[in-house]
Amino acid sequence: MLDKVLFYFFAAIAVGSAVLMVTRRNVVHGAIFLITALLATAGIFLQLRAEFLFIVQIILYVGGIMVLFVFVIMLVNLDVALQQIQFARQKWVALLVALALAGQVGLMFWSSGKMPGQGLPVLTASAVSSLPPNSETVAHSLFESYLLPFEIASVLLLVAMIGAVVMAKKRT
Amino acid sequence: MLPIGHYLFLSLALFIIGVIGVVTRRNVIVVLMSIELILNAVNINLVAFSRLYGDVAGQVFALFIIADAAAEAAVALGIIIAFFRNRETVLEDEMDLLKW
Amino acid sequence: MMNALVQATIEFLKLYWAPLLCGVAVVAILPLAVGYIVLVERKLMADMQARLGPMRVGPHGLLQPIADALKLLIKEDIIPDNADKMVFWLAPVLSVGAGLLALAGLAIGPAFQIAQDINIGILFVVGISAMGIFGIVLGGWASNSHYSLMGALRSSAQLVSYETAAGMALVSALLFTGTLNIKSIVEAQSKNGEGIWFVMLAPVAFFTYLVASIAETNRAPFDLPEAESELVAGYMTEFSGFRWSLYFLAEYTNMIVVASVATTLFLGGWLRPFASVHGLPGFHLLNFLDFVPTLLMVAIAAYCVVRTPKQPTRVQQLFMLAVAGLCFVVGLVLVAPVVLPLIKPSLRDAVAPFYAGIHGGFWFIFKVSLYIYFFMWLRFTIPRYRFDQLMRLGWHFLIPLSIINVLLVGVALIVGEFFHLHGWGLLLVTTPAAVIALVAALMILAVEKQRDAGHDPNAASDFYAG
Repeated sequence: MLDKVLFYFFAAIAVGSAVLMVTRRNVVHGAIFLITALLATAGIFLQLRAEFLFIVQIILYVGGIMVLFVFVIMLVNLDVALQQIQFARQKWVALLVALALAGQVGLMFWSSGKMPGQGLPVLTASAVSSLPPNSETVAHSLFESYLLPFEIASVLLLVAMIGAVVMAKKRT
Repeated sequence: MLPIGHYLFLSLALFIIGVIGVVTRRNVIVVLMSIELILNAVNINLVAFSRLYGDVAGQVFALFIIADAAAEAAVALGIIIAFFRNRETVLEDEMDLLKW
Repeated sequence: MMNALVQATIEFLKLYWAPLLCGVAVVAILPLAVGYIVLVERKLMADMQARLGPMRVGPHGLLQPIADALKLLIKEDIIPDNADKMVFWLAPVLSVGAGLLALAGLAIGPAFQIAQDINIGILFVVGISAMGIFGIVLGGWASNSHYSLMGALRSSAQLVSYETAAGMALVSALLFTGTLNIKSIVEAQSKNGEGIWFVMLAPVAFFTYLVASIAETNRAPFDLPEAESELVAGYMTEFSGFRWSLYFLAEYTNMIVVASVATTLFLGGWLRPFASVHGLPGFHLLNFLDFVPTLLMVAIAAYCVVRTPKQPTRVQQLFMLAVAGLCFVVGLVLVAPVVLPLIKPSLRDAVAPFYAGIHGGFWFIFKVSLYIYFFMWLRFTIPRYRFDQLMRLGWHFLIPLSIINVLLVGVALIVGEFFHLHGWGLLLVTTPAAVIALVAALMILAVEKQRDAGHDPNAASDFYAG
């Protein structure tokens, strides 16, 4: 019961914030709604008992990436931009195509069994009490099975850091 | 855990809202934020299946996606700052330096 | 449906009534505690400046926080002209929310924890307190003032820079436990004869975390963003009355959180000094430390009684006697779990949880107070860092030092495993590691000084000028 309440609560916040983010005229408001959507996603992770990912989402996504976004928005925030048209000229066609995509995928989910959950692999998730401690499991996985992608990810971050610094530096 | 379909529909909803943001908005920063939303939708999907199968690989993959999103956001925002210094605009319609 | 909901709520309350009670207690007591920490700071500042501090409101100024709180509550709420009202309202809420939520993950004593036994204990606290950055950035932006925005950007740049160093310092200490769970971390520092406080195993990490935590909470000497002689009050300039008090509350809550994290990870949490020797033969002598809390309380009571005749008015004399009585009662409560098993050995098991809870709480609060006292001491002693000096300290000194420290502690642990060293024996390997880290730190400082010597001292010192 608690699971259901938590899921619907976080799902409602996530979808609501996402819709609001995409429609706000003021970009800072949009960023705040994205923060809320990301926090709701972190809540969904917690509800799925992925505790390590929950805290990584908060530290990296909300505490890192969104701070970066808010900084840049404040550096490029023009009052002029607030007055201009916010939506591109192709908005109606784009919306139609996106909704068609949504309908297609949704129909696929729905019709693989008449109710969500049926027709897809007949597995039940293991009970909560039998779950191994999450951080330890992720750590073992990262350092044993997925060590190479882990090291490549660190090189990727180094490259991105150098690239961002070079790009944002002023040419004196 | 709820039946997997609930998480799939949530992931689909966030994905579609992100796609609508990318193809509809003119402000390139909002486009970037919508891309972050898409990545999060994929993460929810991965973690839900990881819980269903009991395999932690889904969460590890989601972790890599978050790291990748950080790198991409940093570089993309660097590009936006560099472009803004030159052209004083953040609207994608006006970023047409390569047009003949 | 309604019935099911009501049933579910009752089930929830039956399972989680203790954490909820702890949570309510924390939220109720925290503003008062913060108010009195501010009073202690003002009294300490006065003492170090050879004056008396607030003396008017209540005996010896003890009702000053209440007067301050009342003043802030009834002040006029001013919102700048073109400020964004929603964000202006939201910013202090974010700061306070992040601080209070971080308090939920901490364990004050073995029995008092709101979010009990979470897998990611320490990381939860650190991550949530990182969310306080948004309160600062959005507050500065919403004020619609250039100075506030600059102060906010500077403050958040500082916070983000020192977060990495603090995190790496925590990692060095976490290498000794292998788990993020707070209770396990404190237990690893006790472990019946084997445990040793991590501050002795990783002193360089403790130093790094100390400096980084001062910068994380915007305290002097890193308080450029909110110093009065600089950008007025930085991001807090346009907030008045209750909104400002929320920011203030957030700052001191962050101080408590940071001190609690350092206490848990480095200073042994709720353990008494040499707690691990309870079971060992021949170390009974050190059990006298169990009486230290009581002796402290009795000493304070005695001091109050001695100073009573020197008070000018009758009210103040009675007040001193009342304080003495209170301290004495607290001392009695503290000594009861220790003395009762000595008189009647059969009571040992019944009294043990009370001993752990009460003494644990005392030692934890004592260590947190020491840490915060050190913060205050630094504030009144050392001059402020300029912003570029601050950023240079963070990026060029603390981050390399903390990464080098992680490497050295890792190597020390591997060597220790090879020789099967545990507990106090680990000191043999970690002390050389600490010495090498210290040498590395001095080398970094020397390189920086050399770079300074060839540098134009009048170059642009503003971080955003380039």
